[in-house]
Amino acid sequence: MGDWKTITVPVLSSDSQTTFPYTSERKRSPTSMSSQVLRLSLPSSKNMHSFFSAFCTEENIEQSISYIDRELTTLGFPSIYAESKGKELNLVSMVNCMNELLVLQHKNLRAQEEIEIQHLKLGSDMDHLQNCYAKLKEQLELSKREIVGLQEKDRQLQSKNRNLHQLLKNEKDEVSCFVQKLQNVISSRATQYNHDMKRKEREYNKLKERLHQLVMNKKDKKLAMEVLNYVGRADGKRGAWRTDKTEARNEEEMYKILLSDYEQRQKQLLLENTELKKVLQQMKKDIISLLPPQKQKPKERPEDGLVLSDQEEDIGELNKENMWELSCETVREQLTNSIRKQWRMLKNHVEKLDNQVSRGHSGALNEKDVISREDHELETEKLELEIQQCKEMIRTQQQLLQQQLTCDDDTTLLLQDCYLLEERERLQEEWRLFREQKKNFEKERKSFTEAAIRLGLERKAFEEDRGAWLKHQFLSMTADCKSENMTTPSAFLRSKYLVLTQTFV
Amino acid sequence: MNFSEPFKLSGLLGRFSPDGKCLASCVQHRLLVRDASSLQILHLYTCVDQIQYLEWSSDSLFILCAMYKRGVVQVWSLEQPDWHCKIDEGSAGLVASCWSPDGRHILNTTEFHLRITVWSLCTKSVSYIKYPKACQQGVAFTKDGRYMAVAERRDCKDFISIFVCRSWQLLRHFDTETQDLFGIEWAPNGCVLAVWDTCLEYKVLLYSLDGRLLSSYRAYEWPLGIKSIAWSPSSQFLAIGSFDEKVRILNHVTWKKITELEHPATIASKQTVSVDPKSMETLAELGNGVSDAPVIVYKEVEKSPTVGTERLSFPPTRELASSLFSTQSKYDISQVPVSLQYIKPVADRANPKVGVGMLAFSADNCFLATKNGDFQITSLSWHSSGDSMLLLSKDNFCVCYLEREEVK
Repeated sequence: MGDWKTITVPVLSSDSQTTFPYTSERKRSPTSMSSQVLRLSLPSSKNMHSFFSAFCTEENIEQSISYIDRELTTLGFPSIYAESKGKELNLVSMVNCMNELLVLQHKNLRAQEEIEIQHLKLGSDMDHLQNCYAKLKEQLELSKREIVGLQEKDRQLQSKNRNLHQLLKNEKDEVSCFVQKLQNVISSRATQYNHDMKRKEREYNKLKERLHQLVMNKKDKKLAMEVLNYVGRADGKRGAWRTDKTEARNEEEMYKILLSDYEQRQKQLLLENTELKKVLQQMKKDIISLLPPQKQKPKERPEDGLVLSDQEEDIGELNKENMWELSCETVREQLTNSIRKQWRMLKNHVEKLDNQVSRGHSGALNEKDVISREDHELETEKLELEIQQCKEMIRTQQQLLQQQLTCDDDTTLLLQDCYLLEERERLQEEWRLFREQKKNFEKERKSFTEAAIRLGLERKAFEEDRGAWLKHQFLSMTADCKSENMTTPSAFLRSKYLVLTQTFV
Repeated sequence: MNFSEPFKLSGLLGRFSPDGKCLASCVQHRLLVRDASSLQILHLYTCVDQIQYLEWSSDSLFILCAMYKRGVVQVWSLEQPDWHCKIDEGSAGLVASCWSPDGRHILNTTEFHLRITVWSLCTKSVSYIKYPKACQQGVAFTKDGRYMAVAERRDCKDFISIFVCRSWQLLRHFDTETQDLFGIEWAPNGCVLAVWDTCLEYKVLLYSLDGRLLSSYRAYEWPLGIKSIAWSPSSQFLAIGSFDEKVRILNHVTWKKITELEHPATIASKQTVSVDPKSMETLAELGNGVSDAPVIVYKEVEKSPTVGTERLSFPPTRELASSLFSTQSKYDISQVPVSLQYIKPVADRANPKVGVGMLAFSADNCFLATKNGDFQITSLSWHSSGDSMLLLSKDNFCVCYLEREEVK
């Protein structure tokens, strides 16, 4: 489209009256291109005459024609002159040129229209985008302002929070301080009180001592106890003097009492211990029996090995424990540890079963491991039937076996004889059949051999006949050969020969 | 239940003899001995003054009557009614008097707890125990009567002396780690002595018969401490009731707390008991009494009969009068949860009426009865078979029977 710019057509003076039919008012953004497009449109029919007369007048016809011719040739059109240097116009070429120009003009106008439409579209799109952009910018501004506001609030709240925390800490410290102070006060008061009490008590003791002295002094005069007669001791024994021996005896007795008490307690505890140990061992056995036999999975094998060895160890331990006294610390620990282990395993197993049951309840029929109850029952019924049948079979077999083994000699012999008889008869039958067949075969063989002999004889006879006949023929042939004209015998001869040769082939 | 006609009694001094054959009661200065079954008066003794204390000897042969005002103790014999014995403390005064377990010695505590005099009825000997402690339970005899523990205080420190009762020889004398000893009690097996401190200090010390400190237990430090203590009959448990309304039970193997029983103001449907997990093995011995069994609350309801006013006649007939003023009481089973009446005690008085004041184990070690708070019950005792309990208050008494589940 650069061509549009190079053509400099004399622009009309800015007549306000001139209106261009194909111009379009562009309010928003007139670009340089559009202004040029505007100006390159056709003038209206009103000023067409004046426009056209402005270029070519009566005087400069030849110049204008030559100018036009030059322009056209530069544009690529053929020359409008009839000859290259003549002044005669080639009307045909001129008309063609004019037509071409018109066509070109039309095309250009259409292109212009399209461009203008596109331009309008782009313009409206641009407007729209600008609107959106402006709106988004506003929104962005708003949100930025909001964020700033919220941040500010957040900061304030945080600072308030910090202040409150600080206050709380201070209060706590104060309170603990106060509590400490109160405790100090209490302890100080307590010590003071104790001190005072002790002082008062000492005074009181002094008074008591004094009083005691006074009382004791007074007491000597009066007889304190008046009794008709002294009563015998409760246990009937006499009173004894206080000596070291009695003191030692007292000590001894005291220790005896203590010891007996301890021994009794220890016995009780031992009994309890043995009972508990028995219970524990029983529990262990039960737990081991409850646990399922470990399957041989490769990844569990090391654990399996341990578990099995543990079980074996435990069983071995049991035997050992029964031999030794059960008061050894290590033995006790082993027992409790092994029980704990077994219990843990049992727990895991029960948990697994629980999970399975819960999965089964939640309707997981896709599980291969979980069989529905009816299937299970059916299977069990089937298995039971099978078992029954097998049992019956086994029973009958056993019976038969029993019969065999436990029969008397006579009956067995009889039985055996029976079986032998049967077999013998069968064999005889077969033999009979066999003999018959043999006889038949013999007969047939005989007949065959006879037939073969006969056949041989016949053959021989036939050979002799043939030989004789040939000889005869041959002789006859040589006799007939003299008459060559006799075709019919030759035919016959020929046919005969043919027959003969055929037979021998 | 039949009731006999009432007899006069002064000073709440009515005692059955230990063998259960006789009943001793005193009226002012007279001592009456009746036959327990027929209530016939067997003997009548006259003392010099109003009798303030009465005690049978352990073999039911002698009765001790103490007259504190006069400082005189008189002993009467049942075998020989004309036998008499009078012990005069004179100016020393008398505050307490009791028999020794063998029934032949009398221990008199003089005024101001100056000394304890041991008077013998068999010999002429007299023994003195100096500096006895002036506390609630200062003297304790073992169940078999062999040993006697006496709490003493010298130079502001507490001591315990253990005497052999047969000869009153001092066996052991050791000091205790208490601030101000409040009481001592032997375990029923006679091998352990429980010593507890004043209520200002929660401390229980356990001493062996030979004076070694076995263990000491302290639940908390500052609030008021122990109010009452009881041994279980098998000596396996020691129940400690304290002012914080809780009972703590120690076991005899480790002397550590195995359980803590609470007395909440609102009784929930299931009382849970906190158990020390380390001592779980001894819990089994405590039996059904300490578990989360459902709680049954019996509430005493007094009903006074209502009388229509038109039926009143003047003067009121005897039956009407007695029915107007007699109140019947019965026990309703209250629906749990029950909230007990709780009157907060006055805070600025000494010895507040809170806390577990009474503890009683049943004879078969299965049950523990406790009294918490200010209920007007003066005594709580079990029957020896362990299935019934007697509650005594000032005006009433109540017999409770327990329905026990059959143990298979």
